[in-house]
Amino acid sequence: MTTTPSTPTVPVLDTVENAAATPEKEQPYAALGLKPDEYQSIRDILGRRPTSGELAMYSVMWSEHCSYKSSKNYLRQFGQKVSPAMKKNLMVGMGENAGVVDVGEGWAVTFKIESHNHPSYIEPFQGAATGVGGIVRDIISMGARPVAVMDALRFGAIDHPDTARVVHGVVSGISFYGNCLGLPNIGGETWFDSVYQANPLVNALAVGVLRHEDLHLANARGVGNKVVLFGARTGGDGIGGASILASDTFAEGGPTKRPAVQVGDPFAEKVLIECCLELYRGELVEGIQDLGAAGISCATSELASNGDGGMHITLDNVLLRDPSLNAEEILMSESQERMMAVVHPDKLEGFLAVTSKWDVETSVLGEVTDTGRLIIEWQGGVIVDVDPRTVAVDGPVYDRPVAYPTWIDALQADSASALPRSSDGPALRAQLLQLMGSANLADASWITSQYDKYVLGNTALSYPDDAGMVRVDEESGLGFSVATDANGRYCQLDPRQGARLALAEAYRNVAASGAVPVAISDCLNFGSPENPEVMWQFSEAVTGLADGCLELEIPVTGGNVSFYNQTGDVPIHPTPVVAVLGVIDDVARRIPSGWQDEGHNIYLLGTTREELDGSAWADVVHGHLGGLPPQVDLAGEKRLGELLRAAAVEGLIDSAHDLSDGGLGVALSESVLRFGLGARVWLGDIIERDGIDAATALFSESAGRVIVTVPREDDVKFRGLCDGRDYPVLRIGVTDAELGALEVQDAFSVSIDELRTTNRAPLADAFGPVVGY
Amino acid sequence: MATRVGVITFPGSLDDRDAQRAVRIAGAEPVALWHGSHDLEGVDALILPGGFSYGDYLRCGAIASLSPIMTEVVAAANSGMPVLGICNGFQMLTEAHLLEGGLIRNDHGSFICRDQVLRVENTDTSWTRDFEAGENITIPLKNGEGGFIASDETLDRLEGEGRVVFRYVDVNPNGSLRDIAGISNERGNVVGLMPHPEHAVEPGFGPDTDVAMRSGVDGLAFFTSVIERTLASV
Repeated sequence: MTTTPSTPTVPVLDTVENAAATPEKEQPYAALGLKPDEYQSIRDILGRRPTSGELAMYSVMWSEHCSYKSSKNYLRQFGQKVSPAMKKNLMVGMGENAGVVDVGEGWAVTFKIESHNHPSYIEPFQGAATGVGGIVRDIISMGARPVAVMDALRFGAIDHPDTARVVHGVVSGISFYGNCLGLPNIGGETWFDSVYQANPLVNALAVGVLRHEDLHLANARGVGNKVVLFGARTGGDGIGGASILASDTFAEGGPTKRPAVQVGDPFAEKVLIECCLELYRGELVEGIQDLGAAGISCATSELASNGDGGMHITLDNVLLRDPSLNAEEILMSESQERMMAVVHPDKLEGFLAVTSKWDVETSVLGEVTDTGRLIIEWQGGVIVDVDPRTVAVDGPVYDRPVAYPTWIDALQADSASALPRSSDGPALRAQLLQLMGSANLADASWITSQYDKYVLGNTALSYPDDAGMVRVDEESGLGFSVATDANGRYCQLDPRQGARLALAEAYRNVAASGAVPVAISDCLNFGSPENPEVMWQFSEAVTGLADGCLELEIPVTGGNVSFYNQTGDVPIHPTPVVAVLGVIDDVARRIPSGWQDEGHNIYLLGTTREELDGSAWADVVHGHLGGLPPQVDLAGEKRLGELLRAAAVEGLIDSAHDLSDGGLGVALSESVLRFGLGARVWLGDIIERDGIDAATALFSESAGRVIVTVPREDDVKFRGLCDGRDYPVLRIGVTDAELGALEVQDAFSVSIDELRTTNRAPLADAFGPVVGY
Repeated sequence: MATRVGVITFPGSLDDRDAQRAVRIAGAEPVALWHGSHDLEGVDALILPGGFSYGDYLRCGAIASLSPIMTEVVAAANSGMPVLGICNGFQMLTEAHLLEGGLIRNDHGSFICRDQVLRVENTDTSWTRDFEAGENITIPLKNGEGGFIASDETLDRLEGEGRVVFRYVDVNPNGSLRDIAGISNERGNVVGLMPHPEHAVEPGFGPDTDVAMRSGVDGLAFFTSVIERTLASV
């Protein structure tokens, strides 16, 4: 075979004209993550083949991560299952960058939780850091000042050799980015389980506050208004992050996906926050959108879809970090710390004065039109000419096959009730210490001590209390409280019930802090939607959650779905992380999760049933997962919440701690450790009233339960309150400053020192010492 | 007229509004100053707040120490105006050579946030006269690069001249030489420390104490001290 000498070719710009003239050109749609039928739909929509730029846009915007194509049909329930009461305080619901809730006194709170799972496994530090950065930009784009972050984390087994790599990277990434932004980290949760070994979950939550009149939305209205890109320059990082990374499973031995991970610069974001807030104060912005997944493709198509329908921009005006980027890369880049604003021409000068004060680079890309077309020029040719709604709104929707898992009946039949239970004091003591020394119940200070909880000076509660709480108004003391929860083990046993339990627990945590739950954001982490059994889990969880929200009468205001959390054929446990936001009139009335005063009575609210299936006890003591998760009575949770609030308002309780993983034994231990004050407790009354044994009393995870402490002088009033609300209550102990221990009468006693040492050991042993411990 | 205390905001300052709040709670008037200006607006004292000015690029505080307003800060400090540098502000003061020594990465390599016990070793500075000599106080510490270093000779001199103002007690959280948490200049008007007194000024939002959650206000005396100092100098 002979080769002809190649002549240098000048690459032809793939304009709309060129695309129409060369219909047969092969296009790399599969490599960009599009299925053949999706590619055909694009051709049908356009009446020609897409240009390479259009293909890039559709590929990222139609990805699972951006389009919610497998989940849309189910997520509709959150909009359908609503009562008038749920809409009462809702200023902005699902579909915007983040939901906004009226919290009174002219204030509003916006919050959202979002996943950054796949990047955090590939490159844990940058993956987690940019997860924080992304969710914070969602909050800024609503017109709010970000005031707090939280994170819900899932890692592989604590003793697996790869876990430390991921944990060190993720925690230092969150620490680096959040601390540098000056946002207090007020809590979250951490689980270790081998099901997350190659699919860790990093769900980042941010909260912002704003005055009602400062609300901004992502839309491009007003023909002739300027479309402005500002913030960091566009580089070659994160290209295809949404499509090839977040919307695919990990395969063994595949090519590295590290270039699809974004790189974060928190200093640029901090400056961007202050710059945006100054722009809002000067009323210089008509509409605004952050650039996250799918970068400029997403921002232009979404802004245009939500506004007057058209936009004309010149891509050459994008300021580049790397001048060699081509148009497709610029459209797909997920470079961080960028925002797109729509600005009235008369206000452009004022806008540029503010961005220049903050040294934020800014370029005018084009303007808003009413043509119904998104037109993008590059090097003198039109490379994109599309109806923006076909990109951003009317993407494909799949009704994926759903199948009842073949294995689930056998799993549910394998109840923990068959496991041996001891009522012998020393055995119960040993089991409690086993639980307190297990990875998932261990002191998380190794993580939380790397986060700034003080900055901004408004943190009223943070780890280890049940919920984080922040003051909104310095005069009145108005504040909010947030808690996140999800128990993947329960969800594996029964995803519908598991989702309801996550909701109930987060709701209870917020109520225990003294606040009134008002809104929900969720981050739904699942395996591959192409697996019918995963789709069944998803469908069950969403239905359970939507029904639960309706029962509790609090709306879901936003969140995200993360599919493809699986390696090979093995999906993670379904992990629907539920974040509940609460409001409190005055943070001075907040309730901590432990007692600090001698001689106060300890009460247990709620009933204990034999519910050990899926429990921490079954896991830690017996290595068992099977059966059915605890029952949930959401009407009861609501009554419990109202009871706690009434008690907090009247000042009758000085601590409240929710019972969940590890049951009463663990809750009591944690309350003792909170301020290092001991307690004497008796189980006899619980055992007798609820007809259970000592191990069940200590370790059952029945929902709807809280322990509270009540000063002696308020005893009668408190009992009256419980009786009046018909909520089961038992006095089970008394706090004791002399004891230096948790003493369970007629069973065992554990010194505070031993509890503390045991509780601190797992993370320190696995990841290193904590300063001062 | 109330004492006016300027708090300078640099790009990346984080605890600037907290320092302003602390000044207000102490009974003085906070004045927000911008790093790019050359105007100290006639303030009586200055605070360089904590944060990550310029993202800690190059070295912590290095770029901020060259900001326009630092010309006036250096002149004011040399003429005796009380200046307090907290955390990143302390780093700036060392970079600007208003204080000796330097701050490096914590010896354990991680950012650390904890309630830290300090011993007040010098109550003759502009910012510590409301403390008792030898008093232990608890204020939050939060930094990634708080390890104080200096040559042995400098350390000996600082100690000999009583210019070690605060020392870490019980735990040295970052590997600072001789447990030094904060120092002053020779005149005692310029003080820098890594921990954050402005986060222990308001009941409900400070460190836990034996009495009640988050009720620690040991930081307040920094700000009341400077009010006395400036009133005394009128």
